[in-house]
Amino acid sequence: MGEPDQTLSGQIDLDAAYREAKIDQLLDELNRDLVGLIPVKTRIREIAALLLIGRLRQQAGLDTGRPSLHMSFTGNPGTGKTTVALRMAKILHHLGYVRKGHLVVATRDDLVGQYVGHTAPKTKEILKKSMGGVLFIDEAYYLYRPENERDYGQEAIEMLLQAMENQRDDFVVILAGYRDRMDTFFQANPGFHSRVAHHLDFPDYSLDELMEIAELMVTQHRYSFDDHSRQAFLEYLEHRLGQPHFSNARSVRNALDRIKLRQANRLVRQGGSISLSELTRIDDADVRASRVFKGGNEQTGDGEGDEDD
Amino acid sequence: MRITQGTFSYLPDLTDDQIRAQIQYCIDHDWPISIEYTDDPHPRNVYWDMFGLPMFDLKDPAAIMQVMAECRVTFPNHYIRVSGFDRSHGRATTALQFIVNRPAYEPGFYLDRQETSDRQIRYTIRSYAVDRPLGHRYEEA
Repeated sequence: MGEPDQTLSGQIDLDAAYREAKIDQLLDELNRDLVGLIPVKTRIREIAALLLIGRLRQQAGLDTGRPSLHMSFTGNPGTGKTTVALRMAKILHHLGYVRKGHLVVATRDDLVGQYVGHTAPKTKEILKKSMGGVLFIDEAYYLYRPENERDYGQEAIEMLLQAMENQRDDFVVILAGYRDRMDTFFQANPGFHSRVAHHLDFPDYSLDELMEIAELMVTQHRYSFDDHSRQAFLEYLEHRLGQPHFSNARSVRNALDRIKLRQANRLVRQGGSISLSELTRIDDADVRASRVFKGGNEQTGDGEGDEDD
Repeated sequence: MRITQGTFSYLPDLTDDQIRAQIQYCIDHDWPISIEYTDDPHPRNVYWDMFGLPMFDLKDPAAIMQVMAECRVTFPNHYIRVSGFDRSHGRATTALQFIVNRPAYEPGFYLDRQETSDRQIRYTIRSYAVDRPLGHRYEEA
């Protein structure tokens, strides 16, 4: 901490600091790669501003307590929680909030042990690994199993809470999971709720956004829709949206994977010689062969939301 | 008698901040760090005990400092050292090693002379601390 000095009356070049932190670049990247998610992006921008100002205040000798940046990401499957967490680690690193900016992904299995005395070392190991970075706990509500009062999850929760409080300088915890279950989780563990400063809710994608995501994925994989297949895919999404176990961007990706499969099959069956553009073109028929169009429901083996058709 | 060995043997003991900086240096060079302890002060004693496993997957000095603090609590009156191992092909050796903890009181060594044939003398040094069994050598009397 420098002493509070001349700068209290002096000028600070905000724009330069902003440019220097490359916040714009990061946010632009975020905008480009992630469709929709307006509330999330707004929140990230706010956090970035807070950290930037905090840093400037520190340089000016104004003591700012280090803000707590533990977050919870709630939202339906496939709304981009993990993707954003990865970005978040990078952003926090750029702003100098975490030292390394790596992301450690953990689930219940990684934290909770199998027998007495197994949980503490396991949790500690993960905590140590995530120091200087971001610890992302996926489906955090599994840590807490109210139906079994001797469940070791409670032990992991206690260690986490303690680390979140005492080692705020060393790492950031992001809890993620489905909305309703996270709510019950937080209700049962009020300590968590109060230690998590930022609750970000990931909204479901609208039809337009899903279509945009599909276009993005298709281009990324060097395929292309023609007008008919684009229309067909839009209809596919409309149908699919109303069915159970729809998991947003993940469903789109799975659907596209199956479409690629059918495209490949079609080309092989067709045989002969084809033009190069045929290799990338997705045909109307590739999309329409989906079971979704035959009025059939998605056949779901397990309840986890990854469907096939 | 203050025992010195390793990379910074000619310097006073490092402070925690300096240790953290050295650990950061190791991590930057991808040298996994391990923590060892012993209470046998002889300079030729190479058999130090490992405290935990070598830390291959830790990316931040804070985590290693935490392990080191644990080791100091467990063995307050032992010698503890931190080593960074360079595993790169062609080197594969300890790249950096320094003592981070020492007993409060180090009694030092005495020189033992042994008269052998033809009035030859063989010398050996022996620590005053090693009279007692392993693990009890630097306890308060």
